Amino acid sequence: MRELLQHIINGVSQGAIYSLIALGYTMVYGVLKLINFAHGDVFMIGSMVGWYASARWTSEAQNPSIIGALGITALAMATCGLLGFVIERLAYRPLRKAPKINSLITAIGVSFFLEYGGQWLFGPNPRFFRVLPPHPAMTVAGLSIGYVDVVTIATSLLLMIVLQRIVFHSRMGTAMRAVSWNPDVAALMGINIDLVISFTFVLGSVLAGAAGILYASKYPSVHPLMGLMPGLKAFVAAVLGGIGNVPGAMLGGLLLGLAEQLVAGYGSSSWRDAVAFAILILILLVKPSGLLGRTTAEKV
Amino acid sequence: MTVLLELANIDVHYGAIHALRGISFSVAEGEIVTLIGANGAGKTTTLRAVSGMLKPTNGSIKYSGADIAGLKPHKLVARGLCHAPEGRGIFPNLTVRENLLLGAFLRRDTQEIAKDEAKGFALFPVLKERAAQPAGTLSGGEQQMLAIARALMARPKLLLLDEPSLGLAPQVTETIFRIIEEINKAGVTILLVEQNAHLALGIAHHGYVLETGTVVQSGTGQELLKSPEIRKAYLGE
Repeated sequence: MRELLQHIINGVSQGAIYSLIALGYTMVYGVLKLINFAHGDVFMIGSMVGWYASARWTSEAQNPSIIGALGITALAMATCGLLGFVIERLAYRPLRKAPKINSLITAIGVSFFLEYGGQWLFGPNPRFFRVLPPHPAMTVAGLSIGYVDVVTIATSLLLMIVLQRIVFHSRMGTAMRAVSWNPDVAALMGINIDLVISFTFVLGSVLAGAAGILYASKYPSVHPLMGLMPGLKAFVAAVLGGIGNVPGAMLGGLLLGLAEQLVAGYGSSSWRDAVAFAILILILLVKPSGLLGRTTAEKV
Repeated sequence: MTVLLELANIDVHYGAIHALRGISFSVAEGEIVTLIGANGAGKTTTLRAVSGMLKPTNGSIKYSGADIAGLKPHKLVARGLCHAPEGRGIFPNLTVRENLLLGAFLRRDTQEIAKDEAKGFALFPVLKERAAQPAGTLSGGEQQMLAIARALMARPKLLLLDEPSLGLAPQVTETIFRIIEEINKAGVTILLVEQNAHLALGIAHHGYVLETGTVVQSGTGQELLKSPEIRKAYLGE
């Protein structure tokens, strides 16, 4: 029982990171019907900026503080937000009216650009990452809860509450949802589609930036290809929850993190990656619209 | 009478297809103007060009004296040019009330919005009964009413209506046309696209007949109703 709870805590913490990345996939899919395969690399840039800010530009990594960690996270989020804005503006907007496959291939191109551009700038070797002050694991009722896991879960929860407020209770969120249902009609309501799409990219990328810092705190090694696997997993999470559905991405990420931890804990850790893709295949076979996805019928 | 909308030599292409070929017509303030014509004549395309959903390849569109050809729809909504699109375009997952409020997206005068919502409900009492229901559960006629009521929430000066009678029972169509006249009498200029030429010309001050992307005939609603060619081609005689 204690072992199970331990796996659940680890799974939730891992899943929270997947959820944060998956939200970017799902929101962009919602407004543009595009799978932004460069999203995992935006997440990588978040970690990268964190490393530069803590180890290269300052000596924060030698003596981390909470204030410093907050500042570095804010910087990573802002940089990723800007990057998301630029990617949409330069790579996707010119292709808005082109066939979807062109945008998809462009997304893969942007992904390669960031990965190999990163290797050129940063070198292929992983670097040690530290922004959180070291802190012993807490023991609650015989369970050991890592400091990083607490921080990860708390930060993700906070960000998701803020996101929920934005998406469901703000003018911009209303506009985002309207665009995701029907962009043509949304425009006729007076909604500026270009602005909404830019905003969506920024919002998703900001979350990826935060995820980058959290992930690197958990697995403290950053390198330019680190976005690949978490990016794919988060994509699976988004599909699992129902692509285009915001609560779905949160749920999908959580379930995926849990599934991975449980399989790694009770089975073998080499099955960890396999389980994610098995889930993808299964969901596409059984319920392609995802757990919370809806299929809508149109009235004539 | 002041001219509110004026199209001059408008061309629209869909790729290689030349959909509108030099369309010119005008709409005076306070009028109901209708475009009639067969399927594929370019009626919907004309509306889409006016509301900014399509960019004309040639020609000018003047609205309230300013050239608006190529402006994005949201800019035009802000200037009081609203379009209730073909197929109604309601948001099926949102409630009736949420759909109406989206129509007032650009407005921030909460009290006036509430007043306009009440006006919309007075115009279409059935929408009030269903205010909390998802719009996707409405019947076709009710969805059309919602589409019109929602467009009115932006306080339009010019309202574009695309086939409000499409797929509706005759009595429902009549109700909707009666309300279109009411809206017009309250001061909203209306540009109406219709397949039901008889009904449309019956309420229109002016009508234009479109054929393969050009205006082939025009006149007052009554003149067109009496015209032998029109009676033959569009009124089934």
